[in-house]
Parts: sequence; structure tokens; C-alpha cells
Amino acid sequence: MKPRGYLLVAAAIAMPLSGALANDDLMKMEKDPNQWVMPTGNYANERYSTLKQITAQNVHELRPVWTFSTGVLRGHEGAPLVIGDMMYLATPFPNNVFALDLKHGGRIAWKYEPRQDPTVIPVMCCDTVNRGVAYGDGKIFLHQADNALVALDAKTGKEVWKVMVADAKKGATGTGAPQIVKDKVLVGVSGGEFGVQGFMAAYDIKDGKLAWKAYSEGPDDQLLFDASTTSMGKPVGKDSSLKTWQGDQWKIGGGTTWGWISYDPQLNLIYYGSGNPSTWNPVQRPGDNKWSMTIFARNPDTGVAKWVYQMTPHDEWDYDGINEMILADIPVKGKETKALVHFDRNGFGYTLNRATGELLVAQKYDPKVNWATHVDMATGRPQVVKEYSTGAGGEDHNSQNICPAALGSKDEQPAAFSPMTKLFYVPTNHVCMDYEPFKVSYTAGQPYVGATLSMFPPKGDNNLGNFIAWDAGTGKIVWSDPEPFSVWSGALATAGGVVFYGTLEGYLKAVDEKTGKELYRFKTPSGIIGNVMTYVHDGKQYIAVLSGVGGWAGIGMAAGLTKDTDGLGAVGAYKSLSDYTQLGGVLTVFALP
Amino acid sequence: MSWRLYIAALAGLGFCVWAGSAVVGAAEETEQKPYTIKDGKVDQHTYNGWRRYTESCLRCHGPDGSGSSYAPDLTQSLKSMSEDQFKETVVNGRTNVSASADNVMPPFGTVEDVMDYLDDIYAYLKARSDGVLGRGRPQRFEQK
Repeated sequence: MKPRGYLLVAAAIAMPLSGALANDDLMKMEKDPNQWVMPTGNYANERYSTLKQITAQNVHELRPVWTFSTGVLRGHEGAPLVIGDMMYLATPFPNNVFALDLKHGGRIAWKYEPRQDPTVIPVMCCDTVNRGVAYGDGKIFLHQADNALVALDAKTGKEVWKVMVADAKKGATGTGAPQIVKDKVLVGVSGGEFGVQGFMAAYDIKDGKLAWKAYSEGPDDQLLFDASTTSMGKPVGKDSSLKTWQGDQWKIGGGTTWGWISYDPQLNLIYYGSGNPSTWNPVQRPGDNKWSMTIFARNPDTGVAKWVYQMTPHDEWDYDGINEMILADIPVKGKETKALVHFDRNGFGYTLNRATGELLVAQKYDPKVNWATHVDMATGRPQVVKEYSTGAGGEDHNSQNICPAALGSKDEQPAAFSPMTKLFYVPTNHVCMDYEPFKVSYTAGQPYVGATLSMFPPKGDNNLGNFIAWDAGTGKIVWSDPEPFSVWSGALATAGGVVFYGTLEGYLKAVDEKTGKELYRFKTPSGIIGNVMTYVHDGKQYIAVLSGVGGWAGIGMAAGLTKDTDGLGAVGAYKSLSDYTQLGGVLTVFALP
Repeated sequence: MSWRLYIAALAGLGFCVWAGSAVVGAAEETEQKPYTIKDGKVDQHTYNGWRRYTESCLRCHGPDGSGSSYAPDLTQSLKSMSEDQFKETVVNGRTNVSASADNVMPPFGTVEDVMDYLDDIYAYLKARSDGVLGRGRPQRFEQK
């Protein structure tokens, strides 16, 4: 195949393709359903495949055809890539990367084993996860736990360049998957529980030179905001972030950027979200804390923000805004719209005009969400219910029965969008909490949290998750399948009319795109927090998913999240996750007979 | 490197801090128990131990000290671990990295929010380990 041969030559002379060409390559490759070329499936983050050998009629015949143990026990998020005949996947810390040769039954073509200082492990908030590698310009890009961004030759696994994105000694870590846009590698940062000043950074794909770095909070020159930057259709004006923090708290203000990145080539904009403001104690940081909890639309060449929208001003619940932004052209209230759809941790499903940032729809995608009554469509602000305002309750006051819990109605586990049904398929958490903020002090590299949490299912329910279909044009749930545990796996929609997702007990499930009816299930070796993907090899369609329970979901694993001190919810039926699954990273690949 | 020395020095300081704050307590009436429990309710220190545990330890050791997929169940650990061993581990951390394990506990010797309340955290976890305190947010009894 011609472009691949060229890449090989380019890599061999260590003088890769020009940026524009690398991007043109990816623009073509993302449309080839035989491959899975980026962590998000495509630039629009659809997680949709036009493959349709596997259909609603025959999916019940699906079976595992090969498996691969990663040799690592911790939580396995993300998904493998398939580029031509090669599959690439990364493990949790120590972040080993494998290139598996699909022509030879998944034989290991090369393995990259980084050497990292293990002191980074406890700085990682919630397990040592990694959300996968990216591909571009003949290279595989790995974002390591210790904040190294490494470019590997895709053919040999040899290091081409390596840069440090942030400092683990200050609590910053790398968990998010990079995204390649044009001639740049985009990468964010984790560490919202450690008072990190969040940012998005762009590195030159050829040599790793920093092109731009845009912070989530701080002065305008750090935000890369200018006179044209708007929010809710109006210019944000000067010092839009500084004005919303007390003193220089913004320097340890959080707003980290560990989610997925999408890109609209026509509008020339990238989209991503920022996380919680630090600390979790809202009393200690008065103000709106801009631009934490915000959707950013930035120019990928310069980093300058075109528009921003803050979903949860002055967060009081840890509702990070980092979840994926799905770019979909859908009818919104009857009008064909270039939309951005985002399922926020705060329990609202947002639909915006992705060119302008205009807010079109904001509705609850879990009916139990109670911290706010609604979003004011004129101001974009949520109407917070006082009873559930942990700031109004104040320090050392325990606010009870807030829905959703801190892990949100959905966390990073990405939803899928089918252009056929125009529906979004969303893995959700169905968990509420008690939250008590208290005073904490900041120490660089140490947790900066300042709140206690207890988590449990909503009153009257005993399921901790739902898998739902959502109409983003109207903001309504179309169907909802209850799950005993949070659904912490990324979904996959396909032209075969089948939607796939994984469960914490370890099931890969296939459901009907129109009704949600379960069509197939198989129990993989461990709980699934990875994302389902699909590809074609030798003319045959495969479905693949990483299992390996962990992450935030693994925290409650040993004993479950329910309290035995009170009678909230019908918890009698609820058993701990460890009764169902144990640790261990395994890739399972499925096909029809 | 000097970084290690720095930690060690500060760890010493940390110890002084908790030693200084360790005078209060319910030891008189329950002899040697670091906590007091009446009718299922706990004293203020044990309660505060739960809060500080949640702040600094929960993310790895799970809700109520009951462990996670990557850190041990402390209600079990404290059945065999002495108070001194417990405090030594919190101050200096612990590293267990091998082919099959990637477990690292950081040293908390320099962290005010842990060192200042180390006795409280121990009291809470010991109560959990002794099986006299259930899961979730403990209730407090009135203290004079």
C-alpha cells in the first residue's frame, strides 16, 4: 500500500512527512472502516463504524476468536488502534506499548517498555490508567504516567523523540490519549485532585517542539484568549478568568484536561473540556472559578480560543467537564445543526452549535439528577437547589442525597453516535452521594481535596448504572437499560444495527440500536472499563475490547459503594463487584463463525 | 539525592507535630483503645479520622478503609500491624514494585493534613479493624 511504504521510508531517514501530509493521511484513514486509527474512532468522536457484517440478526453467533494478556493488573481504559495489519495498544502503568501483527495471529511485532519513576503511581488520582496511544506521521504517540510524551516509530517501536509535558512532583500526571491534528500532537494533563493548573498543549509532530500551551485558568496570555473569544455569544472580555478567583488561587486551580479531543476540519476547531477546580471544598475558593468545568473550542494552529462555555460555575460536587465532545450534524428542534453534544458529569446532556458555542439544549440524561432544577438557557447557568449546594451548607456540613455522585452521571467512558439512527448511546452511572467539604491546606504533589464522600444508588433503585439511547435534538431519553453496576466502558455503534458496550462484571454486550434489547453477551476475564472498537482483517469484521477492572470503578470494588449504616436504596440485592470479577488486563477479540 | 534527606527531615518534623497534638483522647475510659464508641457513636477524634482518611487515603484504600483493586484493605492490615508500624508506614511510605506488583504508597511525612491528624486516622481505622465501627459516615456523640 503506497502511503504506508512512504511512511516507512520517511521513518527510516528520520525525516518524517510534512505536517499537512500527515493530517491528510489521517483524514483519509479515519474514513476507512477497516482500520481504527485514533483513540476516539474518528475526529468527530462518533465511535461509529460503517461495518455491517455483524448485524442484529447474526450477532448472537458472535464468539471470542483470540485473546491477549497484557501482563498488567491495573485498570485498562481506552482501546487498541488498528493501522493496516498492525494493532497497537498501551497498558496502565508501566505503560508498555505492544504492536501486534494481525497477519501472524497477533504475534508481538515489537514491545516498548518505558522506564518510569514509580513514585508517580500514588500521584495518580484513581488508579494508574492510560487511555491509549495515537497514530500519525508513521509514529505511535504514548502519553506516559510520568508526563513524558513519546513518539515511537510505528514499524520498529524505536523512540523518535520524547518531551516532558508536566511535572509529577507537583501532582501532574499523564492518563489521557493524545490526538493528532494537522502537524501537531495534542495532549492534556491530569491532577485536578492535586491542585495542578490545567492546560492543553500542542507539540510539533516531527520533533516534539512545543507549539502552544493554553491554560484553563489564569491571565489572558496563558489562556490564549483574545478579543474574539466568546461565551454564550458575547466576548468574554479582559481577565475573564482572573476576575473569578480569589487572589492567585488560579495557580493551583485545577481545570485539568484528561478527556478526549475532537476536531472539525471545516471549522478548523478542536474541542475538549476542563475538569474540577481545586480544592473540592467550594468554601475555600469563592467565585465562578473560570474556566474550570468548561468546553473549549480552539484553533489548532494557534491555540487561541474561539468560544468557551462553563457548565458548572463554582463547582461544589467535583463534576469535571472533561467528557468527550461528539460532533454530529443533527436536527435540533427541527433545524439541521452542526452540533456539539456533550454528556457532562453534572448529569446534563448539552447540545451546542459547535461553530458559535450557542447553547441549544441542556436536559438531564438521568431523571434522578437533583443538584440543579434546570439550566437557564439565557445565561447558561444551572439553577442550583440550595439543599444540595455543598457551599451553601458550608464547611463541616454534610449535604445528603445529592445526585449524581462525584463520579458524575457519566465519567470519561465515551458515548457513541450513530448517523443512521441519529441517536447517542451513553454509558452512565446511577449513583448519588453525601458530600461534606472541609478546610485543607495545599502541599505541592499532595492530594488537595477537602471533602468526604459516601456513595450509593438513588433512593428506591438498586442499579448503579444505565445504558441509554439519547435524542440530543430534543434532550430526551429514548430507551434505558438498567445495569447492576456503573457502565464504565466506551460504547460502539455500527451500521449493522448493533450497539456494543462492556460492563463492570466483565460482560461484552450487544444491544439493538432501536430498542436496547440485549442480543448477545459474553463474560470476559475481568471487568470492562475499556472502549469497544471494531476493524476488518482479511475481509472479516472483528470486535475488540480490553478488560481489566480498576480506575475509579475499582475503588469501590473490594466492598462495594453501598453503606451498611443506613437503609438508603434497595441495597439488599446489591453485592460487591469483587464477587463477580478480579483484576487482569486481557484483550478479547470477537468474530462471527 | 538531597531530596530524600529533605523528606526524612520533614518527616521528623511531622512526627513532632502529631506528638504534640496527641494529648487529647478517650484513652482513660477504654484503656489502650485509641477510640471511644458509645451506642455505635464515636468521639470527635475518631470522627475526624474518618474525614481525614477520606481526604488523603480513600482514593487508594477505598471507602471506609476496606481496600480497592490496587491497595490493601486496612481493616485487615491493622489486625496484625502495630500502631508504630502503621505510623511509620504513613510517614515514610512503602514501595512494592515488581513484575507482578505496582504498589507505591507515598510518604506523608510532609503533609500537614495527614500528620496533624495521624492519631485520629489511626483511631478511626483501628475502630473499623476491631469490628466495632461499621461502614459509612460515623455518628458522633456529644462531648463535654
